[in-house]
Amino acid sequence: MNGRKPYRPDLSALQPEFRRIERRLMLRGALSLGALSLLGGCGELDSDDAVDCVLRDMLSFNDRVQAWLFSRNRLARIFPASAITKPFPFNAYYPPSEIRTVDPAQWRLELSGLIENKKPWSLRDLRALPQQSQITRHICVEGWSAIGSWSGVPLSLFLKRVGADLRAKYVEVKCFDDYFTSIDMETALHPQTILALDYADETLPPEYGAPMKIRMPTKLGYKNPKYVSAIGVTNTYPGGYWENQGYDWFGGS
Amino acid sequence: MPFLQRRPGPRAAHPLIVRLSHWIAAAAMICMIMSGWQIYNASPILPFLFPSWATLGGWLGGGIAWHFAAMWVLFCAGLVYLIYGIASGHLRRDIAPVGPRSVARDLFAALRFRLAHSPGHYNAVQRLLYAGVLLVAVFTVLTGLSIWKPVQLGWLTWLFGGYDLARRIHFACMALIVGFLVIHIALVLIVPRTLWHMIAGGRLKPDAQNPEIVP
Repeated sequence: MNGRKPYRPDLSALQPEFRRIERRLMLRGALSLGALSLLGGCGELDSDDAVDCVLRDMLSFNDRVQAWLFSRNRLARIFPASAITKPFPFNAYYPPSEIRTVDPAQWRLELSGLIENKKPWSLRDLRALPQQSQITRHICVEGWSAIGSWSGVPLSLFLKRVGADLRAKYVEVKCFDDYFTSIDMETALHPQTILALDYADETLPPEYGAPMKIRMPTKLGYKNPKYVSAIGVTNTYPGGYWENQGYDWFGGS
Repeated sequence: MPFLQRRPGPRAAHPLIVRLSHWIAAAAMICMIMSGWQIYNASPILPFLFPSWATLGGWLGGGIAWHFAAMWVLFCAGLVYLIYGIASGHLRRDIAPVGPRSVARDLFAALRFRLAHSPGHYNAVQRLLYAGVLLVAVFTVLTGLSIWKPVQLGWLTWLFGGYDLARRIHFACMALIVGFLVIHIALVLIVPRTLWHMIAGGRLKPDAQNPEIVP
């Protein structure tokens, strides 16, 4: 997750089965702590390390706990402008020298999946929608944190505007730097989840995800995609760049 | 709760439930510490890294997976122990610290290797250490929750002075627990039979005033 040392995950074996198990656990009814030892999945995986299997099940269980703890009405703390971290750190799965840029006039936000009106959106269209700003704490899965100032279109407003199926499970995000992630619909509809177009009252600069980043202070950094190019609404588990390598999918704060 | 009360006749110096929760919590705590070091290494708050042989998980994601799995094991074992400890009077009888004078006396005796040790009876130094580590463990769980969920449990994070401070307190709690482990294991090495008693239970005469090992 950090520019200075791209990770070579050892648990890559975790990847292929994760999606399947995740989906199965999502479908399963309420899971009590007592039933933990009975968690399925492990018995059916033949070529897999039993320890990895248990860890994966526990991550899925924790995802459910995180979803249960999450409240759409609970807001992240708002900080004064004086608390903003300067400079706000750049962070990606590659170093800053590999930042990709697009022509803002040519850029379009593509829509897919369970959305009525899939007409692509230009920056001009998005700027015409109501904007909202926030000074919130960005927390990285690595443990560091930084306070920044973002503004843009509330995702809930946008999803309603384009006629998205708000009962769908997932909102998936694709980025033109080949990053991708997905979030639960509850978090997508959280009032502080925004399609950020500005940073510190200026047009979002390339290092912070120009032209669009999805900012959600209720989730860790790897769930806050930059360089966004497409948004989809789906009931099929979409995974994510880091999530497929072993970070927990919910990634909530 | 009659089943929790002391039965007549020789009883185990360490009841089965204490031994089980001790060893399960010990294993989980080791996992928590080593995976915690792995997580720490991703973004250190002090100018050093933990050597990779002392970490668990192989990389940050693996460390997190271990940390958040062992978390439940430790939580459950701790909860069982605390509920038993309160209900049975074990915490009040054996763990609650006694006055500083007794601590000074027992500590002085211990440092001269003259502290009598009878299974199931906790001297003043033990009481202080065990009560201390239990308290620190509770704080570790609370600070851990506060940095895991700084938005959903924002009040807890606020209580610990905000995310960054809570993260440092969580680290400091770990350091205290590691410090406890060093002393605890050193004391076990000095009186090795206590290790066997913690495994097999040991036997204690019903007369608590005059504890002796019963063959």
